[in-house]
Amino acid sequence: MGGPIAGLFRWLNDVHGLNFSVFTDAYDAHRFLIGLRTTIGLSLSCMVFSIILGLLGAWLLSGPSRLARAAVRFYVQAFRNTPPLVQLVFFYFAIGSLLSGAREPLIGGYGWAVISFSLLAGAFNVEIFRSGVEAVPPTMVEAAQGLGFSRLQTYRYVLAPLGLRICLPALTNNLVNLVKTTTLAYAIGVPELLYAASQIWSEVLNVREMMYVLLATYIALVAILVWIMERWERALRIPGYTP
Amino acid sequence: MTHLSVLCKPRRLPAIRAPLAWPGLPVGVALAFVASVAWAQAGAAVRPGPIEAILRWGPLIFGGFLFNVLTSVLSMTVGTALGAPLGLLLIAPGRLPRGISWAVTQFFRNAPWLVLLFYVMFLLPFELHVGGVTIPLPDWAKAVLGLSLPVAANVAEIVRGALQSIPEPQWSAAAGLAFGRLQTIRLIILPQAIRRMLPPWMNLYAILTMATTLISIVGIQDGLTITRAAISSDARPEMMLPLYLFLLLLFFVYCYPIARATLALERRLLVRG
Repeated sequence: MGGPIAGLFRWLNDVHGLNFSVFTDAYDAHRFLIGLRTTIGLSLSCMVFSIILGLLGAWLLSGPSRLARAAVRFYVQAFRNTPPLVQLVFFYFAIGSLLSGAREPLIGGYGWAVISFSLLAGAFNVEIFRSGVEAVPPTMVEAAQGLGFSRLQTYRYVLAPLGLRICLPALTNNLVNLVKTTTLAYAIGVPELLYAASQIWSEVLNVREMMYVLLATYIALVAILVWIMERWERALRIPGYTP
Repeated sequence: MTHLSVLCKPRRLPAIRAPLAWPGLPVGVALAFVASVAWAQAGAAVRPGPIEAILRWGPLIFGGFLFNVLTSVLSMTVGTALGAPLGLLLIAPGRLPRGISWAVTQFFRNAPWLVLLFYVMFLLPFELHVGGVTIPLPDWAKAVLGLSLPVAANVAEIVRGALQSIPEPQWSAAAGLAFGRLQTIRLIILPQAIRRMLPPWMNLYAILTMATTLISIVGIQDGLTITRAAISSDARPEMMLPLYLFLLLLFFVYCYPIARATLALERRLLVRG
């Protein structure tokens, strides 16, 4: 690998013995980038599914069916009060072994990680969306009804837009936690960032350097996510209205 | 630095944990567990079924789970001891201590717990030499320390948030009565703020307890390790479902009451204003 960056890290290795092989060695860089791509892909798919689950759950909680409400409450409490790692292992090994009748497993490690983390983050999202909608002042709903809005219209034009603005900070927090949780996929051998880094450091024996690269990468990922969410929050802000 | 600057605003968290009370929930969980056991039992007419498996391995798994609980108590103690002064530094009058403590807090709050655990496990020596004294650092002690780092950063944020939530006139009144800064915090602000710290602190403890299973990844025997060992020693893959559910149930039974108590406390604080 060439370029000034590789040169800098080669100098660090020659002079100070700090082997940042992901910047100087093409093979290690490739492995690390695959890990980075897997982590980003895993995070994005879990974000999408968990938000869908959260909306669905919040919608069912405000619905008329007692059974549906009880089911959602059970789901939320079960996933919030048990260890995420045991959930993942449970899905991957216990449920996974039930589903694989043939020699080929039906769902791979990546698939189970998406399912497990989506369900986990979704349980938190249910609570976040529900409390967002509930935090909209009842006078708003009354005003909408007074203007002749139907139930669906009230939801579509008043409750959802205001509720979203109220719950965005909490949603950001949960999505940050989700990105951090994707490291658990290491335990079932999904080649994400931590897994890629551990492969590199066990071959090149540069644990300390890889740790710094790893921590810096995760901090950067979280920072980018927070930056995007805060920009969105600012873009959605209604001038003069504080929820 | 532009990326990190977005982290400087502390994330505002509205009180999102409003009541989701359903007293019948533990019963529901227990029923689901019994149903799964019965289901697995049905297919095990000849060989010992899941009830035997749980009777045989349950006490061992429970012992492992107790180690998780012990780890969580130790990590919470260390984390709180480290985090409380860090939280005080976050609102220190000087720019330098505030900046440094802010950077430390953000770093440990935003790094994944598992990566921090790896970091401490791999990069701390197995013994420390302080002066002429050698302090051994066994793996479990390193794991406790590794888990207490993110805890400390979260405790610092809790302390900062609670201290800043006390209305400004309290500070001014204390200053008017010639209290020093530390006196004001110790005698006037902290007694009021501690009540507000308790619910998020308990919430953090529940999260930590669930995170202690991570130590099984770095090779320490905990509840999860023992569950996996029990499954593989029997070579009975169909026992996975009841045994993992048993472990999940242990954590649920421990963490759910904490969540309920947190809610109850929050509601009481809300009523009092």
